[in-house]
Amino acid sequence: MVPLSYYLVLSGILFACGILGFLIKRNIITIFMSIELMLNGVNLSFVAFAAHWQHLSGQIFVFFVMVVAAAEAAVGLAIIIAVYRTRATLNVDQVNLLKL
Amino acid sequence: MTENLHLWVIPILPLIGAAINGLLGRRFSRQTVVAIALAASGAAFAMALWVASQFSSASAPYVTYVAPWIRAGNFHVDFSFYLDQLSLVMLLVVTGVGFLIHIYSVGYMWEEGGFYRFFAYLNLFMFFMLTLVLAKNYLLMFIGWEGVGLASYLLIGFWFTKDSAAAAGKKAFITNRIGDFGFLIALFLLIKNYGSLDYTQVFESISKLPSETAGVGLLTSIGLLLMVGAAGKSAQIPLYVWLPDAMEGPTPVSALIHAATMVTAGVYMVARSHVVFDRAPSALTVVAIIGTLTALFAATIGIAQTDIKKVLAYSTISQLGYMFMACGVAAYSAGIFHLMTHAFFKGLLFLAAGSVIHAVGGNQDMRYMGGLKKYIPWTYRTMTAGTFAIAGIPPLAGFFSKDEILWKAFSSPQGSWVYWLIGLITAFLTSFYMFRLWFMTFFGEFKGDHATSHGANDSHGHGHGAPHESPMVMVVPLAILAFLSVFGGWIGGRLEHFLSPVFSGGLAEATEVVGETASKGTEHLFMGISIGVALLGWYIAFLLYRQRPDMPARIATGLGGMYKAVVNKYYIDELYAALFIKPLIDGSTAILWHTVDQGVIDNSVNDAADSARHASDAVRHMQSGNLRSYAGWIAAGAAAVIAYMIWMGVR
Repeated sequence: MVPLSYYLVLSGILFACGILGFLIKRNIITIFMSIELMLNGVNLSFVAFAAHWQHLSGQIFVFFVMVVAAAEAAVGLAIIIAVYRTRATLNVDQVNLLKL
Repeated sequence: MTENLHLWVIPILPLIGAAINGLLGRRFSRQTVVAIALAASGAAFAMALWVASQFSSASAPYVTYVAPWIRAGNFHVDFSFYLDQLSLVMLLVVTGVGFLIHIYSVGYMWEEGGFYRFFAYLNLFMFFMLTLVLAKNYLLMFIGWEGVGLASYLLIGFWFTKDSAAAAGKKAFITNRIGDFGFLIALFLLIKNYGSLDYTQVFESISKLPSETAGVGLLTSIGLLLMVGAAGKSAQIPLYVWLPDAMEGPTPVSALIHAATMVTAGVYMVARSHVVFDRAPSALTVVAIIGTLTALFAATIGIAQTDIKKVLAYSTISQLGYMFMACGVAAYSAGIFHLMTHAFFKGLLFLAAGSVIHAVGGNQDMRYMGGLKKYIPWTYRTMTAGTFAIAGIPPLAGFFSKDEILWKAFSSPQGSWVYWLIGLITAFLTSFYMFRLWFMTFFGEFKGDHATSHGANDSHGHGHGAPHESPMVMVVPLAILAFLSVFGGWIGGRLEHFLSPVFSGGLAEATEVVGETASKGTEHLFMGISIGVALLGWYIAFLLYRQRPDMPARIATGLGGMYKAVVNKYYIDELYAALFIKPLIDGSTAILWHTVDQGVIDNSVNDAADSARHASDAVRHMQSGNLRSYAGWIAAGAAAVIAYMIWMGVR
């Protein structure tokens, strides 16, 4: 039996990697993937807790997160394609029309 | 209280006029404004006459309850109106003289700007004055009291583009505030001790109390404080200084507010509160002394003034002094009698003076008048009636009322020969300065410059040549007032009898009795002396200003410093400026302005703003617009929260 803390530490590392990628990277697709990584870090802690407490709700929650993430991926990728078509770049620093 | 007289209608009528003219008058033609203003004041007068016709002494006082106002525990104040013999006399004087002056103003103000504004203010004044007179409790009276002060302020400063007029308005308002302060404290004392401000209840409680013969008790304090209020409104020593300056207003205003009605409010208030004064003999003595001194003091200033309206202003102060003298010896009905006749003849004199000013094109300096008799015959005739009336020549109105006061001042148990003597000297001075005005204005040669005479002092200037008579709309009110000034004194005895139920049960009754029983011979002797001094005043004025026009200047040089003091009104304005105004202004500038306002208030506000700006400057870089830096802040914040929770969990 692997202790709960291992899962949680891995989940924390995944989440931190996501954050780091989100903050550092300029390419929109990479940022997008970093967000997915954070979501999956959270999902891991959900299932770990669900297994630990023998409680189903954590696992059900993970399904919800996955559904939302899939929807988000569809919308997000569509936006990225639209941005690329109009701006011919995927660098977020250059997508700044709304900035003062 | 047998029938409903609908007293509330009387004050409301002018208020409606004021509201219509004040709010919409700008778009109206002059004719419409006049129609509304005259309809409002005329209807009030008609209503007053109807009320008078329904009035019977047997069922007085009449009370009209309108609505509750303040209900707080046992203390309550209502909007209710009260009519007894005293308020009936005041009501008729205010509406009657007020209506005549409204008519006169139509002619006088026709060519002025702000025509609608003038009539709106005039109607507003009528509303407040009628509220004051008809109120059933002191608080409603106070509303009227303050309201007439407001109307007076607005009308003195009617030509507000002129600095002196604006300053005079402020002076009147502020001086009155001092008096009102005393009045208010008197009201607080009444509430505290009798739990009511209603005339009936207060007087019922007080009439059970004994007279305060020794020391200063509660009633004496209330009486003195009421007198402070009265001194402010009725221009008595030491608060009279605003009235001469109030002459900056248009002349009809001087006639209505600053001669006939508003300034007599103090006399009315003292007479109304006679129950208090009857039981406070020392307060009464103070009233008499103030009145007597004011009468003499103002009369001496009046003899050296050269501005026709200033002479009349000091004369008004002096005559008000007579009224207080009468009230001070518990001869209230004599005071009210003089109030009434004074409203007639002083209203007349002011209106006639306005007509003179109108005729010479705005000049008010009597030294540049003279010989106007042949140019403005009707003004001359009516003003002659007014002059003889105020000088106390029988059988005109002023003789009866003034003689009544002088006789009461001597014969009343409260009276003294000192009052009588000073009153007599004042009567002589009154006669002298009035005939001086009369001779300087109407006799001799016209000394004004036809070409440049317009617009000298009054804004009421309009270009024209020789002096000309005023239009009929101004002459008719003059004629009516002249008629009243001639014959108004004949009702003296009946008026006193009529008023007696109001003043019964106090010192006034004792005064009556003494007045009746004292030997007729003495009274006639006194009457003779009064006539004598009046004629003497006429003769000396005739001698100095008709026979030997060089004499006044020589006498003035002979008197030197004394004459200078009189011309400069005894330097009272300068004294007040040095004693009160300058320290106040200096103190306000140094402490309140520079230290408190600039130092404390401004600085704290500015510092708060500055520190907010500096703090914002420091943190404003966080809001860079860079999305990833926001995400970084969120992540850092979340990390901090998690670290805190872990730390809490570990602990």
